[in-house]
Amino acid sequence: MSALSALRNLWRRLPLKARIGAVLMGVFVLAAVIGPEVTPYDPSYQNPSPSLSMQPPSSAYLLGTTQSGQDVLSQLLVGIRLTLELALLVGVIATVLSVLVGVSAAFLGGFWDEFLSLVSNVFLVIPQLPLLILLLGYLPQKGQLATILVLAGLGWPWGARVIRAQTLTIRNRDFIAASRESGEKSWRIILYEIIPNEISLIAASFVNTVLYAIGASVALAFIGLADLNSWSLGTMLYWAQSQQALQLGAWWWFLPPGIAVALIGTALVLLNTGIDELGNPRLRSARGTEKIAGHRVWPTDPTPVLAELVGARSRVGAFLHSFSRDSLLDDTSVGGDLR
Amino acid sequence: MTPVLDIRDLSVVYRGEGGDVRAVQNVNLSLNPGEVVGLAGESGSGKSTLAYGACRLLRPPALITSGSVRYAGRRGGASGAVDILAMDHDQLHKIRWRDISIVFQSAMNALNPVLRVQDQLLDVIHAHLKLPRGEAREKAASLLDLVGIPRQRLRSYPHELSGGMRQRVMIAMALAADPEIVIMDEPTTALDVVVQRDILAQIVELKQTLGFAILFITHDLSLLLELADRIAIMYAGQLLEVGTAEEIKREPAHPYTKGLLNSFPSLRGARRDLAGIPGSPPDLRDPAPGCPFIPRCGYAVPECKEVDMSLARVRGTTGPQHVTACPIVSLSSPESSQEGVLS
Amino acid sequence: MPFILRRLAFYVVAAWVALTLNFFIPRAMPGNAVQSIMDKFPNLQPSAYKALEAMLGVGHPGSLLSQYGNYLVDVAHFNFGTDVQSYPASVSSLLAQTIPWTLTLVGTATVIAFFLGTALGILAGWRAGGWLDRALPGLMFLQAIPYFFLALVLLELLALKLHWFPIAQGFNGELVTPGWHWDFIVNAIDHSALPALTIVLTSVAGWMLQMRNVMITTIGEDYVVAAQAKGLSSRRVVVTYAARNAILPQLQGFGLALGYVVSGALVMEIVFSYPGIGLLLLNAVDSNDYPLMQAIFLVITFTVLFANLIVDLVIVFFDPRVRAREAAR
Repeated sequence: MSALSALRNLWRRLPLKARIGAVLMGVFVLAAVIGPEVTPYDPSYQNPSPSLSMQPPSSAYLLGTTQSGQDVLSQLLVGIRLTLELALLVGVIATVLSVLVGVSAAFLGGFWDEFLSLVSNVFLVIPQLPLLILLLGYLPQKGQLATILVLAGLGWPWGARVIRAQTLTIRNRDFIAASRESGEKSWRIILYEIIPNEISLIAASFVNTVLYAIGASVALAFIGLADLNSWSLGTMLYWAQSQQALQLGAWWWFLPPGIAVALIGTALVLLNTGIDELGNPRLRSARGTEKIAGHRVWPTDPTPVLAELVGARSRVGAFLHSFSRDSLLDDTSVGGDLR
Repeated sequence: MTPVLDIRDLSVVYRGEGGDVRAVQNVNLSLNPGEVVGLAGESGSGKSTLAYGACRLLRPPALITSGSVRYAGRRGGASGAVDILAMDHDQLHKIRWRDISIVFQSAMNALNPVLRVQDQLLDVIHAHLKLPRGEAREKAASLLDLVGIPRQRLRSYPHELSGGMRQRVMIAMALAADPEIVIMDEPTTALDVVVQRDILAQIVELKQTLGFAILFITHDLSLLLELADRIAIMYAGQLLEVGTAEEIKREPAHPYTKGLLNSFPSLRGARRDLAGIPGSPPDLRDPAPGCPFIPRCGYAVPECKEVDMSLARVRGTTGPQHVTACPIVSLSSPESSQEGVLS
Repeated sequence: MPFILRRLAFYVVAAWVALTLNFFIPRAMPGNAVQSIMDKFPNLQPSAYKALEAMLGVGHPGSLLSQYGNYLVDVAHFNFGTDVQSYPASVSSLLAQTIPWTLTLVGTATVIAFFLGTALGILAGWRAGGWLDRALPGLMFLQAIPYFFLALVLLELLALKLHWFPIAQGFNGELVTPGWHWDFIVNAIDHSALPALTIVLTSVAGWMLQMRNVMITTIGEDYVVAAQAKGLSSRRVVVTYAARNAILPQLQGFGLALGYVVSGALVMEIVFSYPGIGLLLLNAVDSNDYPLMQAIFLVITFTVLFANLIVDLVIVFFDPRVRAREAAR
């Protein structure tokens, strides 16, 4: 029960955009889990009949067919699972690596810090895609595993930098010094005191890495550096491009996978802003404009005086305002009972 | 005489998800021309919020929920005082710096890190004084002379100056438009004692020459005893006692003031034990009824919960302006044990 | 000055790492690279086998260290070897043909997007952004779209359906011949318009969001409050107190994002069959043209490193504290 209520608590504290992101992501995760089980056709089945090649969406084929008569919808469902699987695995591995590197660098200091920071920075500044191409290009089989390892191997520096910076600030705080004085072992300090304080940062880093993995894997597949016999969203786009789907007007082939990628990406970005704001309460006020007593107040405006705010709302403003959560604050006793 | 700044019944809240934080509650304070009023209190007592709120400089989620702030300076016009809280953007813009200027707490943070000192001074000069270029530059240089900084520092960046120098630059800037009121927010807190002394002496001298009023905010009551004409003691967003420096020093009326005075040693006189004030300030989100000092007060009695916190003349005092919010304790009350009777 | 030297040293290290990776990866990978190349190109002379072996280090002609030395010398002379697809053309000649196209397209579009995005971000962070703030979700979506996908969509809409822009390639070979004359330039610009538009649209959102966030944080700083308290004009506060400080982290972000921008642009070129490095890369991958792939990697990496160095120079110019911080070390 407490886990459920903790989850509900978390949900309540998430800002609107993060909730949208979470719901959207949930839809895709659901699709990934049950999708491949409910595909109407076998995605690889090539239908030899020419009349079924490159057909627009119909009742039989909800998203149309490819050049070789394959069902786009089935491919899409399988593709979502493959792409998400890959991205999540990369996310986990790379995040673990970045936590290891980031915390170690901050904790060990001195030479190790310099060295690890240098390595991170070098891999950050070298452009990713060309390096990925170089690595994958030489592998005879460009399977899922290879892609996962390569992406994870290049995806940790960003998170490592951020985590290192945060660990440095925490490390210098008094409660850590207190733990050290009391003789607590370093690894215990790291595990029980430092990492719990960085949970939201690690979560945000994870989401970022997943985002990167999706983008990179789709781009790599698009240029042909993936297992072209599997159906990921990227390979779908590769085949669509190489079979001239665009020029032949077969929008149903390349639009669905592309939009799926864009939506997953948007969901992750939205989730990330939510996690950021949760973990760093100061960011909440960094929302640009604030709604004070129902009115939009710019940070550079003079401090508003309540009397001048009440009654100045336009009709449209009032209507839009009724959708925002802040209106709850208005109507409760908090707003009225100021004496 | 009419006060140059008259704050009446001012309340400021910070509106948040968990409810309103009542940073300032129904405060009355006035500032007379050429006077130095000290505003003393611990961190979080609301003193900065009071001062910035009165100038409408607080950022969201701050909200002013009651009161008026009447400014009756020479630019207030023949009609008398104008209410800052009722001003619109343009009117506010006119009184900023020209009439009321501020010396901020941390000069390192209050100075633009990418502009030279000269450019920042010129910004202020051009904004308020219509001077041709050559004269403007001369004015900037003379402002530095005023606070005792060598002229070649005009070309420096803020990070190239020492803490004391930065603070002096802030003071010079605050005086550029010849204001009537200067609000000083803990101007010497971040500096060491020697520099502090220097700067305070400078401030006093400038005040005597130029004749502006000062609202001096600090947590250091001992400083105010030397510097201020009148002192207001603030706690948990409310004023507890107001009086002249002499009155506060010789006959503190409020238990909190007594506690504050006992908290620091005096260089002269007999040695005595230092006593702090045990406990910590209350949560301003959900204020308890009555006096906010009850949990830490050595004199607390059940009636304290019904006190309405209005400032009334201290019983048995000679000064007409000496007021306190505590009707329970009088000047002749015995010393308390400093332990909370009501916890 | 020392700051620049430190950064330069860093880029030299990064370049060295790139060079070394470039050298070792083919030698570390399983499989016989040379054989697979020979299989793909039956018309290659047997003598090419030896040359490829030397280039890829298979068959150990000489110690690893001497190979490495030779390799470095070769790179310094821009000798990337002979290409396999268009044998015996040299890789460097192929690169020389395509680099200008990519450079002008990606370079110009990125710079435009950066300035536009930053300007919009300043507005959004300060005041006029009421409606800009409402556009945020849409912008986030735009930012999440892969470059090449937006390219596909725009191509479909604007080129195929509406015929506003040409469909593919850098110029229309039937109408104009390459050269520095007006006809060609106009035609080339016409063909670059859609790819450039794609880059600008996707990346503007990113720059704008970033600048907006930095502006909001900067506006919260004490010196901006102080500037307002001083009664300075809004314009002065926005430009010289807020934006001038906010631009520094924004520039740093620009440097870091360059690699990503270039990568995205390359893939996008494929969609438009634009005669830049992207298309070259696709062909190289398809046909296992390793010499070309390696050369492209080096060229792109060095360009990005160089661009980063320039960005660092700009930052030093704008931030007086950097010079002092380094001088104090």
